Amino acid sequence: MSYARPTSLQEALQLRAGPDPVTVLAGGTDLYPATDRPALSGAVLDITAIEGLSDIVMQGPDLRIGAATRWSALVAADLPAAFDGVKAAAREVGSVQIQNAGTLGGNLCNASPAADGVPPLLTLDAKVELASLRGIRRLALAAFLTGARQTALAPDEILTAIVIPKTALAGRSAFAKLGARRYLVISIAMVAARIETARGRIVQAALAVGACSAVARRLTALETALIGVPLSDVCEVMQAGDIGSALTPIDDVRGTAGYRRDAASELLRRLVGDLLREDAARAA
Amino acid sequence: MSLDALEPVLTVNGRAVSAGGLSPTRRLSDVLRGHCGLTGTKVGCDAGDCGACTVLLDGSPVCACLTPLGQAVGRAITTVEALPADGLSRLQAAFLRHGAAQCGICTPGMLMAAAALVAREDAPDRAAVEEALSGVLCRCTGYAKIVDAVCDFAARETTAPGPRPGQAVGARLPRLDGLEKVDARELFGADLMPQDALLVRAIRSPHPHAGFRLGDLAAWVATTPGVVSVLAAEDLPGVNRFGVIPPFADQPALAERVARFRGEAVALVVGEETALADADLADFPVAWDPRPAITDPAEAAAAPALHAARPGNLLITGRVVSADAEDALARAAFTVEGSMQTAFVEHAYIEPEAGAAWLEGDTLVIRACTQAPVMDRDGTAAILGLPAERVRIVPLAAGGGFGSKLDVSLQPLIGLAALRTGRPCRMVYTRRESMQSTTKRHPGRMRARIGADAEGRLTGMAFSGDFDTGAYASWGPTVANRVPVHASGPYRVGAYRAEARAIHTHNPVAGAFRGFGVPQAALLQETLFDRLAEMCGLDRLAFRRLNALGDGDRTATGQTLRGVGIGACLDALRSHWDRALAEAEAANSAARAAGTPLRRGVGVASCWYGCGNTSLPNPSTIRVGLTPEGRLVLHQGATDIGQGSNTVITQICADALGLPVDAFTLIGPDTALTPDCGKTSASRQTFVTGNAAAAAGGALRAEILRRANAGPEATLALSDGRLQVQDGHGTRLVPLEGPADPRGYAISAEETYDPPTSPLDENGQGVPYAVYGYGAQMAELRVDTGLGTVKVTRITAAHDLGRVINPQLAEGQIEGGIAQGLGLALMEEYIPGRTENLHDYLIPTFGDMPQIRSILIETPDPVGPFGAKGLGEHVLIPTAPAILNAIRHATGAEIARVPALPHRVLAAIRKAGEA
Repeated sequence: MSYARPTSLQEALQLRAGPDPVTVLAGGTDLYPATDRPALSGAVLDITAIEGLSDIVMQGPDLRIGAATRWSALVAADLPAAFDGVKAAAREVGSVQIQNAGTLGGNLCNASPAADGVPPLLTLDAKVELASLRGIRRLALAAFLTGARQTALAPDEILTAIVIPKTALAGRSAFAKLGARRYLVISIAMVAARIETARGRIVQAALAVGACSAVARRLTALETALIGVPLSDVCEVMQAGDIGSALTPIDDVRGTAGYRRDAASELLRRLVGDLLREDAARAA
Repeated sequence: MSLDALEPVLTVNGRAVSAGGLSPTRRLSDVLRGHCGLTGTKVGCDAGDCGACTVLLDGSPVCACLTPLGQAVGRAITTVEALPADGLSRLQAAFLRHGAAQCGICTPGMLMAAAALVAREDAPDRAAVEEALSGVLCRCTGYAKIVDAVCDFAARETTAPGPRPGQAVGARLPRLDGLEKVDARELFGADLMPQDALLVRAIRSPHPHAGFRLGDLAAWVATTPGVVSVLAAEDLPGVNRFGVIPPFADQPALAERVARFRGEAVALVVGEETALADADLADFPVAWDPRPAITDPAEAAAAPALHAARPGNLLITGRVVSADAEDALARAAFTVEGSMQTAFVEHAYIEPEAGAAWLEGDTLVIRACTQAPVMDRDGTAAILGLPAERVRIVPLAAGGGFGSKLDVSLQPLIGLAALRTGRPCRMVYTRRESMQSTTKRHPGRMRARIGADAEGRLTGMAFSGDFDTGAYASWGPTVANRVPVHASGPYRVGAYRAEARAIHTHNPVAGAFRGFGVPQAALLQETLFDRLAEMCGLDRLAFRRLNALGDGDRTATGQTLRGVGIGACLDALRSHWDRALAEAEAANSAARAAGTPLRRGVGVASCWYGCGNTSLPNPSTIRVGLTPEGRLVLHQGATDIGQGSNTVITQICADALGLPVDAFTLIGPDTALTPDCGKTSASRQTFVTGNAAAAAGGALRAEILRRANAGPEATLALSDGRLQVQDGHGTRLVPLEGPADPRGYAISAEETYDPPTSPLDENGQGVPYAVYGYGAQMAELRVDTGLGTVKVTRITAAHDLGRVINPQLAEGQIEGGIAQGLGLALMEEYIPGRTENLHDYLIPTFGDMPQIRSILIETPDPVGPFGAKGLGEHVLIPTAPAILNAIRHATGAEIARVPALPHRVLAAIRKAGEA
């Protein structure tokens, strides 16, 4: 077993580029539950001390969230209303204890179909920044997540940041999670929405559903259908939208596939309705 | 590639501690417990699911089990040991005062999460407390008293004097063993780490049914660092068959050639702690031959028998027949018929099984978590081929039991390892291991028909249930015998016929779990009652009251009952019922008008439960004595697993003797020091051991009075080692000097109590229990008809305790039982291979609990101590059916399978809508 906790990204990338596989450790909230043993095995690269990797900063027009940012730090950060959804999701990740340890980047790299952070980040058009000695590349989050527990991360890469483009910083957002108990629960289904309105109409809509497919999905057809719709008609459009058929849920111990389709549809309709009511209340 | 090593220095509770030589990825929990000796931080899951290991890192709560040592270096680590800077902290004092600790295993985690909260908020409200503590699970308390304690933490401690002599029974006394639980000195199974102890790990079957062959063990031992020995079935010197009911003993401590369920132990690896703890045992030489497994009890009858002597895989059938039920049903004005299916339910105590064993001379000493020390001794001795007197069981605190720690688990395994190696040996189950290998609640598949006459009086009931008892007998016979006795509920049901079968499969062993099958049966009977009440045109509560058993009524087993409190319990709910129905109706009218999806519902259900073994002897013996130095010693062998017997038994003995509770010193349980008080199960300790304690206290008093030549009205006083007796003739000292009696005391008494029961005949006729306890609960809830989710908002629980020995402990039992009943109803389902952890297997959290109002009824029992009845199991029986009845009231949905997960509720709502 070897362990390193470098402070510089360069050093970390060098360690990651070695010939032997290196496990990247951040909050530990997924790595430790996967073993019954008192310590992790193999070479471990702890990225939580890397300078700048836990910062939330504006980078030009975009917002950059360091990959090692912990959920509780995100909740505490002063961010625009478009981030309300991802903050709501952060408060639902495991428990307070988990939120104090777990990181956004870890949540994405773990790539659980029920990862709480993914649907709201999808509605923020999030990109991930992947660094290696070969350079830096940016991928849309939807392209980074390639399947259940699968990502496009190369063995020599580290996920260093989540980048939210300026265009997605507008509007208001929300998130809802459905589980069989109140706290410490893995979702049966979850939904996120970000809506921007102007002069009584929807000008931007981003909708996503998690835990109802191998990777959480945006509902692009319904989003398109919503653009330009007067707020008074949104409910009708949402009702007519076929949300369930855009999903590919499974039957498991938490719920049936059919239930997931129905519940996700119901949750999303309510979430959008609540968002618009809140929006109207603010405008009034 | 070279990765830097750390030179770690930790700051723990303000002190610098070197952590050199430890892996930087070692879990902080392991470092704190094993390296720093701070065992106050508990480990329940090693996965961040239970929060028992919560510590503060720079003031913020984290799970120490998920925190790499390397990330803790340079930060301030605060553990529960830091809290008592000056005696107890205000938080700890509040936990003690409010009865917030039952078994105590989650208490350190709760305290640390609360400490982070109260550091930033002086007066947190209930919602803030729930939110802040929601990452810690508790299986005992139902959380209510924990929230009470944190909200009240700032209150100035008042040191109220203890109850005066003769006034202990009924006093709201904080638990006598509570101090160690809140200051984290209490030692649980995993906390005892004898010097130089070897670690024991089990190799377990990954298949529900498989033949297996062990390979070249000697070669593997020789080439695996740190391993001292491998032990298998042939190393067991005694009879490799155990079981809680000796005639049915069938379970090997280590499987022989065939494993019959997933998780069954087939071999032990014994080695040096540091090397073996880290070892990956994937290369252990065992070859598996997976075989077809019976996982559906419906297919068991036609399948090959798991045990040759039990053809058709039928373990046992229990039955009670009072008259011709079919005839009565045929003639009934109204009949209702239905079915109910329940799941395996995991006990999910926060403490996985753990303990240590060593030799003292030629005596094998075992210290582990348990509910039944004498059964552990006898079972372990038989497996290890030792006479019982060469095994001594000294239980450590049990971090929750609920029935599963009645059966031996690791006791014979660590005993064998200690015998074979000659060194102390310890073992700590992982969460997965605990869930895979220990017993579960029996899944039931039940059908019943119930009939009533035109006035709504019950005239007949027929019940039939199949219970999946898994691979081995465990408590299957008890479930099969208890269910037919109780399936009527506490009602006059007329002609009655009930049968229950325990059936073997290759599923987990189903054993004892709070209620022994009665909660499952009550789910069916009480939900059918709601339908029948409607057919009869009666209010559901009135229907139950009309048919409730009364004093002098005969049960279906032909027993005439006295001291029956069910009527009083139902009457106590009446005003709440009327209020709740009116509120629900108003809310639902408004919701319908507004077109919103929430619907409110109200449901009620009852329970009865016989205290003690079913028609079998189960004596308890209590010894109490005064030493020549004037110390009053109670040998209290009733294992306290959090329910409170240390306190209750002392309260009873104190009043029988006439000395105050705080004069007592408690010893035990310890099979070398305490007479047998039986097992902590069947809600028997308050009743059975309580009677023994009352008798022993009374006998000691009689002897003191005899020596003082005083009459029965005299009062006793004990101070500074001097025993005084005062009566109308004045005050005199009773000398305690002089030769000790054979028990080593100046004066002592020992008394045994065994409940008067009689055997059940082939029709289940007889007196199975000397005492029954009764209760009724009312659930109020909201159903989201768009999502199928259920939020229970309030439960009003009326329980007849005969005589309340300690109201705080009684409320704690009720609140905790309701939490488990709510889990049974709404979320708990153990599926081997799928839910072997505490994130896939869900138990209620802070946010799932309703507001609970306990109403304590006292209808004295003629044979209970001071009139007292048992309570521990009664409390969870009515909860689940009351919830299902409230869901039906809210939505029309009839749930015939629990847990009522959202998808099942939504499907049932839709089905009801189509009907």
